[in-house]
Amino acid sequence: MPHLNTSRRMLLAAGAAGLAAPALAQNAPIKVGLVAVLTGPQAALGTQLRDGWMLGMRQLNNQLGGRPVETIVIDDELRPDVAVTKVRAALERDRVDFVVGVVFSNILAAIMRPVTEANTFLISTNAGPSTFAGRGCNPFFFATSYNNDQVHSVMGQAAQDDGRRRVFLLTPNYQAGRDAMAGFKSRFRGEVVDEVYVPLTQLDFSAELARIASLRPDAVFTFMPGGLGVNLVRQYRQAGLANIPFLSTFTVDEATLPAQGEAALGFFSGTNWAPNMDNPANRAFVRDFEAAFNYVPASYAAQTFDAANLLNGAVRRVGGNLADKNALRAAIAAADFQSVRGAFRFGANQFPVQDFWLAQVARRPDGRFQTETVRRVLEANVDPWAGECRMPARI
Amino acid sequence: MLLVVQALNGLQFGILLFLVAAGLTLVFGVMDFINLAHGVQYMIGAYLGATLAAATGSFWGGLLLALPAALLVGLVLEWLVFRHLYARDHLSQVLATFGVILFLNQGVKFVFGAAPLQMPVPEALSGGVPIMEGLLYPTYRLAILAAGLATAALLWFLVERTKAGMLVRAGAANAPMLGALGVNVDRLFMLVFGFGAMLAGFAGVMAAPILSVEPGMGDNLLILAFVVIVIGGIGSVRGAFIAALLVGLVETIGRSAMPDLMRLFLDPSAARQAGAAMASMLVYVVMALILAVKPAGLFPVKR
Repeated sequence: MPHLNTSRRMLLAAGAAGLAAPALAQNAPIKVGLVAVLTGPQAALGTQLRDGWMLGMRQLNNQLGGRPVETIVIDDELRPDVAVTKVRAALERDRVDFVVGVVFSNILAAIMRPVTEANTFLISTNAGPSTFAGRGCNPFFFATSYNNDQVHSVMGQAAQDDGRRRVFLLTPNYQAGRDAMAGFKSRFRGEVVDEVYVPLTQLDFSAELARIASLRPDAVFTFMPGGLGVNLVRQYRQAGLANIPFLSTFTVDEATLPAQGEAALGFFSGTNWAPNMDNPANRAFVRDFEAAFNYVPASYAAQTFDAANLLNGAVRRVGGNLADKNALRAAIAAADFQSVRGAFRFGANQFPVQDFWLAQVARRPDGRFQTETVRRVLEANVDPWAGECRMPARI
Repeated sequence: MLLVVQALNGLQFGILLFLVAAGLTLVFGVMDFINLAHGVQYMIGAYLGATLAAATGSFWGGLLLALPAALLVGLVLEWLVFRHLYARDHLSQVLATFGVILFLNQGVKFVFGAAPLQMPVPEALSGGVPIMEGLLYPTYRLAILAAGLATAALLWFLVERTKAGMLVRAGAANAPMLGALGVNVDRLFMLVFGFGAMLAGFAGVMAAPILSVEPGMGDNLLILAFVVIVIGGIGSVRGAFIAALLVGLVETIGRSAMPDLMRLFLDPSAARQAGAAMASMLVYVVMALILAVKPAGLFPVKR
């Protein structure tokens, strides 16, 4: 019978621990796994994301809802296998309470199941693929960013509103690039004079620029993230094509503007946030961010800063008790915080319902470059996939 | 007219490739040393150029200071890492120089940050030449073309018409014999290596105003540079020159013509994507065809 004895004792111990746990948990720090790409060519985006979180933590005295926070920074290296291994370790060894971050959709897709199946809340502060907004929506998943399609469709709508009739499309030949073109065309009714796909490793765009010059479209729409966009924008300007309006998504933003500089001046972008948005929360955010890190924040930083304040509001609402997942989920969904975008609320698929803007690159009085809002293009926009989401009412 | 523009673009890209490939082919040909880190030296050249240009406030200051600095970096790398690998087999060299890539890519990120840097186009070359309606051909790109051709001429002179060049050619043909004849082969190797690094650095500085200066920027170019030296014949500067122009032309014209060609067989949207995929393969198809006919490349070095 010793076997039975042991198990009974263990059962008793476990019961005692169970009773003691909530009290203990109130004092123990909340652990947050912050996932961002911090090495490789796209590290600038991950650095923005991380610094957005760090600024949030600094302003909140490193606390969420009154409980101290331990942030575990995870470099996903833009490799899904690496991301899964490191996130699993954070879940199983460090027992993180939240996973926040993720710049790229393929990384998010890789860690989605490990995180949500561990009954842990995953807050995406950038990547917003259509699968997780639609059929693959999940009660443990929130996005403070957008669904990818929305940003591209904003530019389609803007081109339509501005009466552009002939548009030239240019994008890297991979899934996100093809999605971007589809998103643009979902709202653009004019003629696509040509659609050019380039390799992701393209350095020199002179062949494409010559083609644009020969077709003379009313506007060019492109999605060229990171270094691709730096090359394209500078070569576009040097080729004297800047009189053809340059419409883009994720191509001219504060992460690439330091390298594009004057070449990007006057180029257009679609966005849900810009540094010049005039509300108290945003003015303070931009000012403090630049004081702390000495560069202009991009949307990656703004959306992650919002996530810090979102979780702060949620943890405060549940009184620091993270054990009741349904209560915690309701508290996050309530979005009880002041967003740098102004008003903020979640839709049924736990993606934001928000305004989208046409933005344009401008030079500030201090000589730095930033995107600035031109006009609101879509108001309180719900992403096109929300209808396909069957969100369970309880976890 | 569009074709002429595309040909000019191809030549200019080819020249840039040549500047990188020339150093690579010398190092590979003379020392039988596979240096994957050659692309990193191109990146370092670009970073040095951008930083020094910002510090001195002018492109020319950046260029003039970056060249000796790139040479120095090359020599230090040779002294620290590469000289210990000459006697090893190719696998060790590939592994070690790949390690250098990882180390230096991370290193520049540590020093300069992950965001791409900017290097301004020099004032005197900032204009453009109207080449077809609505399109300026940037003067700076013409300057790259001219600088590349001048470098090619200088290299030809150095390799074919000077004593040092003769030793380099001899080294490419039979290094042990050259050593037996009393030439200090180690020092020759170091010179070749430093010179190759400087050429790569020069290419980096010249490319910095049109391409983004960022960690890992040399990696894509390195692959094409290897294609160039294999097509041209390993160790042959003349081969590298011809092959670089060929690869540049095939890359650029292929990219603009392939989708149109595919449109003859497929519906437009499929043709666009298939054409893009075909265009990126085209360079390798050309390489395979050339190697099928001339396995040692266009201008093999006689051994």
